[in-house]
Amino acid sequence: MGIRFTWVLAAGITASAMSLSVHAQSGADTVKQIEKYREALADGNPADLWEARGEDLWKRKRGPRNASLEQCDLGKGPGVVKGAYAEMPRFFVDADRVMDLESRLVHCMMTLQGFSRAEVTRRPYGDGSNRSDIEAITAYVTGESRGVKMNVAMAHPKEIEAFNLGEKMFFFRGGPHDFSCASCHSESGKRIRLQDLPNLTDPKDAQRAYTTWPAYRVSQGELRTMQWRLFDCFRQQRFPALEFTSDASVALTMFLARNANGGVYNAPAIKR
Amino acid sequence: MHTTRWIAGACAATLLAGCAPMLSDAEYVKRATDMMRASFKDRGQAKLDRLTQDDAQAACSRTPAQGPLPKADAERIEKANLATVKYPGDGKLQGDWREGEKIAQSGVGKQFSDNPANPAGGNCYACHQLSPAEVSFGTIGPSLLNFGKIRGNSPEIQRYTWGKIWNAQAFTACSNMPRFGHGGILTEAQVRHLVALLLDPESPVNR
Repeated sequence: MGIRFTWVLAAGITASAMSLSVHAQSGADTVKQIEKYREALADGNPADLWEARGEDLWKRKRGPRNASLEQCDLGKGPGVVKGAYAEMPRFFVDADRVMDLESRLVHCMMTLQGFSRAEVTRRPYGDGSNRSDIEAITAYVTGESRGVKMNVAMAHPKEIEAFNLGEKMFFFRGGPHDFSCASCHSESGKRIRLQDLPNLTDPKDAQRAYTTWPAYRVSQGELRTMQWRLFDCFRQQRFPALEFTSDASVALTMFLARNANGGVYNAPAIKR
Repeated sequence: MHTTRWIAGACAATLLAGCAPMLSDAEYVKRATDMMRASFKDRGQAKLDRLTQDDAQAACSRTPAQGPLPKADAERIEKANLATVKYPGDGKLQGDWREGEKIAQSGVGKQFSDNPANPAGGNCYACHQLSPAEVSFGTIGPSLLNFGKIRGNSPEIQRYTWGKIWNAQAFTACSNMPRFGHGGILTEAQVRHLVALLLDPESPVNR
């Protein structure tokens, strides 16, 4: 995998273009500037660094059992990584549970490598030098579905149940602000401040949004996963803290992933 | 119907293993709520009680398959929410638009990452256009540019504007707009400043 460093330069140039645009330009021009900024960013993506580290973690013998993750079954048979993410979440017989990628990685790190759940989930999200192993492995596995069409089968009754529960959750209003996911993500062409909002009930928007996570967030200098995306949406929704790989996080991911079916997966991506 | 279609699919796919039980809408709501209670944890000021819905929140959580809110429900919600609107004891409805502008710009408050000792913002610009100088505005709500120029600044309009900010669902059931007074997000003093931002002829919203 080629690791590119041109992004530093691109981010520098376009950041100054951004600050100019906010002062002097009309709304339409601002949108154009943001488009240019995104194009420049896509030229080089630091997410490569997470993918490379994740690949190493996947292949390296680790844990009390000194085993790699290469025998982990992501749903397409032990060791099959190519295209696996495009079919997740899915039901796993051995765990008797619907799992998203991160849930499955926790399962494999426990059963194959002998780690405890606490060890594996101690740091779900990276923060500067405090890097997250599971985030890096997620970056590697998702990258192996680049170019593959989203194809969440939803054939098993528990997969259907997860979708239906995820849908209920998407429309669930609560908290001091009465927000649900749908408050911001069920109408097309809307934005918060200047940030475009995907309508996650519309197939085209849902595809575009879902197939571009995980993403390297320029504003945070971190790679962020779908689990993180949901966690941070609920923070802004003024809800309590969504637990990493919880049933609710998997159900909501099932709802979003299934709505993105048919879209070509294209991540880890890069976002503002 | 959406939900029904998936259940039918499940039965076809798993005919030999037996069908998934047909769950009613109410049963799915209960399961989803139980699932969420087990999946979220208290953090900072955001406790699990935020997952307990009041009548309006529950009624406004409909999925597309359930269709639009029935008229009777809308009327019930608006009536109940109108009764919650608290007007200031001193009758003073309009404050300082400059303070209102600061409140409209601020998006902090009530998140588990926020310090509860600090005042919350209204974050009006997240969804509305207000002062023309601020080009970074959202579009979930309508533009409020010239709000007061169009409506005037009579006591009746001040009272309506106060009520709308205090509890938007007093006028529009299931509005996307937070019930800023009713939800304990903004104080009386803050609402007063926002009324000024919208109605004061000197406010940039109306100039």
